[in-house]
Amino acid sequence: MRDPFREGLASGWKHVDASQLTEAQTLEADVVIVGSGAGGGVTAEILTAAGLDVVIVEEGPLRTSSDFNMREAEAYPELYQESAARKTADKAINILQGRCVGGSTTVNWTSSFRTPPTTLNWWQSAHGLKRLGVDAMAPWFAAMEERLHVGLWPVPPNENNAALARGASKLGIPVAVMRRNVKLCWNLGYCGMGCPTNAKQSMLLTTIPAALTKGATLISRLRAERLEFSGRQASALIASALKPDGLHPSGIAVTLRARHFVLAGGAINSPALLLRSQASDPHDLLGKRTFLHPTLISSGLFAQPVRAYAGAPQSVYSDHFLDTVAVDGPLGFKLEVPPLHPVLFSTTLQGWGEAHARLMREFANSQTILALVRDGFHPASLGGRVRLRDDGSPLLDYPLDDTFWEAARRALLTMAEIQFAAGARWVTPVHEATTGYSSWAEARRGLAELPLAPLRCRVVSAHVMGGCAMGDVPERGVVNDEGRHFQIENLSLHDGSVFPTSIGANPQLSIYGLTARNASLLAAALTGKPKPATL
Amino acid sequence: MTTRREFLKTGLVGAALLNVAACSRPAENGGRAMVLRAVIPVMLEGALPADGETRHQQLAQTLTGVDRAIAGLSLATQKEIGELFDLLAFPPTRMLAAGIWSPWAQATPEAIGNFLENWRHSRFDLLKSGYAALHDLIFGAWYARSDTWAAIGYPGPPEVK
Repeated sequence: MRDPFREGLASGWKHVDASQLTEAQTLEADVVIVGSGAGGGVTAEILTAAGLDVVIVEEGPLRTSSDFNMREAEAYPELYQESAARKTADKAINILQGRCVGGSTTVNWTSSFRTPPTTLNWWQSAHGLKRLGVDAMAPWFAAMEERLHVGLWPVPPNENNAALARGASKLGIPVAVMRRNVKLCWNLGYCGMGCPTNAKQSMLLTTIPAALTKGATLISRLRAERLEFSGRQASALIASALKPDGLHPSGIAVTLRARHFVLAGGAINSPALLLRSQASDPHDLLGKRTFLHPTLISSGLFAQPVRAYAGAPQSVYSDHFLDTVAVDGPLGFKLEVPPLHPVLFSTTLQGWGEAHARLMREFANSQTILALVRDGFHPASLGGRVRLRDDGSPLLDYPLDDTFWEAARRALLTMAEIQFAAGARWVTPVHEATTGYSSWAEARRGLAELPLAPLRCRVVSAHVMGGCAMGDVPERGVVNDEGRHFQIENLSLHDGSVFPTSIGANPQLSIYGLTARNASLLAAALTGKPKPATL
Repeated sequence: MTTRREFLKTGLVGAALLNVAACSRPAENGGRAMVLRAVIPVMLEGALPADGETRHQQLAQTLTGVDRAIAGLSLATQKEIGELFDLLAFPPTRMLAAGIWSPWAQATPEAIGNFLENWRHSRFDLLKSGYAALHDLIFGAWYARSDTWAAIGYPGPPEVK
């Protein structure tokens, strides 16, 4: 198996593993980009193509296809924020986010959706983002779909996905086939541990290599600590090299100077960096309105093997419960399935001892559905808030309130009904107060009574959005619709933190499309070349 | 900014109790291993072999796996986990917060099971999240190992060449 990234390094790409640095450094570039995920990768490619000198700073390690051995025990500590155990302050929501070169795009499940028209229309009417309409954004999504080989998944779904399709169809709930950013995919099912065959068109395989080929510098294991300001300008980024363990600072400081700074560390780390920097925030918006698509889980047992660990993780979905409700009414939800692997499944499942062991013995026959709740549209759905621990690391408060739990109950009912319709002989909502139900009638009665509360009902998230929201005016946004900071002239945000609500779909393509637009506008501004024609 | 002991201060136990436990730092003196050696076999009942050399060996490997998992968490979370094990290892707080009246090595599986259930269903978020941490660390360490996969019908990752 080829490893194109290692081949690139051998050909002279500039990569610095900061954990190997032995003395303090000062670097200069036209643009410093913090983060190498969906926003940082796309920005790096576009700015280097415009002839700009770019440095990409990544806190995580550089790991490439030869390292991806499909073992959870190695993938989670190496490739995820906080070993895939990042949690909200009250520990009630577990958050999956990447932390490696390529960011979450290295470990996501490849599901690719344009920002739904409902969401863009809402941003126009409720958040003043008049220029981000469906037609205006379409060319940017199309360009990134082509760049990242996004296409309808042509292979029949694995049984985990097929059961969602079968159960939903029996109940008259429409489902659709997903689009995925893969090329010559082997249909293995291990996307979440890094793609071992270089089929996933993540930033690790596409935009970062393109930027490095054009002379960009990538620095891994380097933590962005704070920006320094001079008047309305960011003058430097102060960063700390990490030890090879990726946790402890090595004591080596790196100072990065640039004409322009782009933050793309994701919707928890970007606001946290600005909070640590005590960046201007005159309207008290920074770190507020952080959204998660808080997600409920329902696990069904089938008589036949499901083998939810094998095959494209997500290939079928239903937007029925998003599309048939008012966007700002009781919260809607998107239905998808997750891949199941032993560590993630066993730690997610409730209970201990024999009760847990019994469920695990049926691991291969387990089929699981997720309901991703669309937060941030209903007037009471205000999301969470990023703040700082006293060591400066970010912490997210995300209160789960009655508006959420009302949707959660509907979602748990819907998932159980679909699983029984698909042929499940037992359905277990992931909740500490039940072991599950043997029929839809029993589940309907049981779920109606189930006390829904944090740390009782399991809630997870793989989509962090908001905290540095776009707005039309400084009174309702940290940045404008181009991602430019309202108070700091040479600072942009190019990641999921700029979304003023959740997306209502897996967000990677929303970040790619918006970043392609905003990085193109930034390139024009910095080089004096003409703006892109499509605007 | 939040205080570094938020994990324990926000619950039942209170700052005074926590400080007593933390001052003696029992978790750093083998206390964590002592707690885990008692809790792991109860958490893993039904998965861990009932007796024999394999049980002994797999218990030791799980303990090592939990240590490794903790070492990979953020420094802030490692500190919180340290406080959890301080609380469980220090005899007065072990008795008051966990209801384990004998030393861990002598605690019966029934007593440990009651402790797990009490914390799991506690009305205090602090104890619920303490249970969840033990749950996730122990099951994560157990099912990370390939020798546990046959029992659940997981073939392991495919060959890629």
